[in-house]
Amino acid sequence: MQSWREQPAAFFVFILPATLWLLAFFLIPLALIWVISFGERVGPVDIAFTWTSANYLDALDPLYLKLFWRSLWIAAVATAVVLVVAFPVAFAIAFAPPRAKPLLLLLVVLPFWTNMLIRTYAMLAVLRGNGYLNWTLEGLWEATRLLLTPIGLGWLTGERFVPLELLYNNTAVVFGIVYVYLPFMVLPLYASLERLDRSLLEASLDLGASQLRTFLAVVVPMARPGIVSGLMLVFIPAIGTFLISDLLGGPDSQLLGNIIERQFKAANNWPLGAAMSFLLLYVAFALLLVRAWLGARGLRDA
Amino acid sequence: MAPPPIVRIEHVTKRFGDYPAVEDVSLDIAANELFALLGPSGCGKTTLLRMLAGFERPSAGRILIGGADMTTVPPNRRPVNMVFQSYAVFPHMTVADNVAYGLRVDGTPAGEIAPRVDAALEMVRLGGYRARMPEQLSGGQRQRVALARALVKRPKVLLLDEPLSALDRKLREDMQLELVRLQHEVGITFVMVTHDQEEALSMANRVAVMDAGRVLQIADPRTLYENPTHRFVADFIGTMNTFDVEVSGVEGDRVRVRHPLLGELEVARAAPHVTGGVLIIRPEKLRLDFSTPPVAGERMLDAVIEQVAYYGDLSFVFIRLDDGTRLQVSRYNINRVDQGDPPPGRRCRVGIHPEDLLLVDDGG
Repeated sequence: MQSWREQPAAFFVFILPATLWLLAFFLIPLALIWVISFGERVGPVDIAFTWTSANYLDALDPLYLKLFWRSLWIAAVATAVVLVVAFPVAFAIAFAPPRAKPLLLLLVVLPFWTNMLIRTYAMLAVLRGNGYLNWTLEGLWEATRLLLTPIGLGWLTGERFVPLELLYNNTAVVFGIVYVYLPFMVLPLYASLERLDRSLLEASLDLGASQLRTFLAVVVPMARPGIVSGLMLVFIPAIGTFLISDLLGGPDSQLLGNIIERQFKAANNWPLGAAMSFLLLYVAFALLLVRAWLGARGLRDA
Repeated sequence: MAPPPIVRIEHVTKRFGDYPAVEDVSLDIAANELFALLGPSGCGKTTLLRMLAGFERPSAGRILIGGADMTTVPPNRRPVNMVFQSYAVFPHMTVADNVAYGLRVDGTPAGEIAPRVDAALEMVRLGGYRARMPEQLSGGQRQRVALARALVKRPKVLLLDEPLSALDRKLREDMQLELVRLQHEVGITFVMVTHDQEEALSMANRVAVMDAGRVLQIADPRTLYENPTHRFVADFIGTMNTFDVEVSGVEGDRVRVRHPLLGELEVARAAPHVTGGVLIIRPEKLRLDFSTPPVAGERMLDAVIEQVAYYGDLSFVFIRLDDGTRLQVSRYNINRVDQGDPPPGRRCRVGIHPEDLLLVDDGG
């Protein structure tokens, strides 16, 4: 194959469509939002570009900072849960028989092909007061009661089945994020576990290490690139999520994404929304820097 | 009385589904031996080694190590350590951490670890490489790390899975000598799997030749080469020429055979169970003759040169007998200035001494 350097014209022809696309629909809108974040609202739809920093100061109001902190916290908890749930799944797929792997990977990715809105609504059907989960629990409750009553222990189950409050709280939001972003963690983890040389695990056992020790001392360090990628792929979108918290969260689960959405829609305060968006973007950049730093360190270590 | 064996394999069978990888293998390995499992790929030698390490559990039979039944003991509780074919050096640890790993997981006191790691690295001549990462090492150096990592645990038995197959030829020869030196130095039993017959012959005290899950012969290298019991063993170790013969009588370790060209002969048989089979002779024991009178007792057959392959130190001369049998004769090029190899088509005679012939089991 000829080097791109010898054929600059061909190179430019190939990258031109993508470049124009990104320029027109990503960089220019992003630049507009950036400019708006320094603007001032002067009428229902008019914004004056005064290069004020007031929007950023407003965005750093303690009220919003609290929201910001809560968003980070919920995203962090959800990401940790995703990691714990995804690791065994990825491990099992990586060590599954070669013929079963494509099917298992498909099953992980399948929900991803359904519209996110529909999936989140489906979660409502599962989690609500008279939803499928509570319905199943009630069935179990009835069965337990039927079994215990004849032997005089019926009082143990209580008078009535009380449905669990599974919706409209922070737990539901975490649950939703875990469900929606699980494939983003499973796939990079799978990719790094798949490359793991099995004889390294055998060598560890052979040298006297237990299974747990082998997992901690060999599997986890070797899977680190996948873990770091997965954490980024889940955590960054999770901080900005607004659909999940909107549908599954309670009055107390409003996240930064919801506030930004409200600035652009109901509150009609684009400059504030833009400033908040950029603050969020800067956090994501900072995380990517951390990741790059971790990656570089990983390279030196490996 | 002979000392008890360090490894005893009793009627071990391993099936993967319906496929028998190892079938009814029994063998003893003595302490301080350098024992080789030799055979073509798929013969079950690696499966047998992995059963010694504990990575596979026998379908039937027992494995004893140091007198204790280890058949169902998991790999992390066996007094054996393995050098993997891929070396399996942990890529995220330094050389020193790799070697210390097995001691740390055992809870060896910290003060004891460093000197033992240093001694192990000195032993494999990697003293100056403690802080290196595996990616900075050559293949041969990684293998030394794997060796040090296994030996530092002072196992009763060191298992080596094709230890030299990934090294280039020159390094492989050095490493052969190095492994033998190490084995003498540490006094640990080595069990080595190899498909390379030269490696097995030059390194091992004893060799088990395997084919299709079975052990065909266990013997020292010289016996394997000069007195193979099976046609497969003779063919796998070195090259050979065969004559189909009729056996007309058996007496002790001698048999009387008949061959259309060789006539009536009395030759040795390889083992008591060999009462029929095929007559073999090694290429270097055939003598190409152009003019000299026969050596006493030699049978002379007429032949024609078909092809010559020159290898520097020796030449393989392929000849055809009058009945169409093709034989391979090796001739050492012992003089720098020689008459050269005979040209194809030239008529010659081949001298066969009956003492160099051996009747072996025709089976595999």
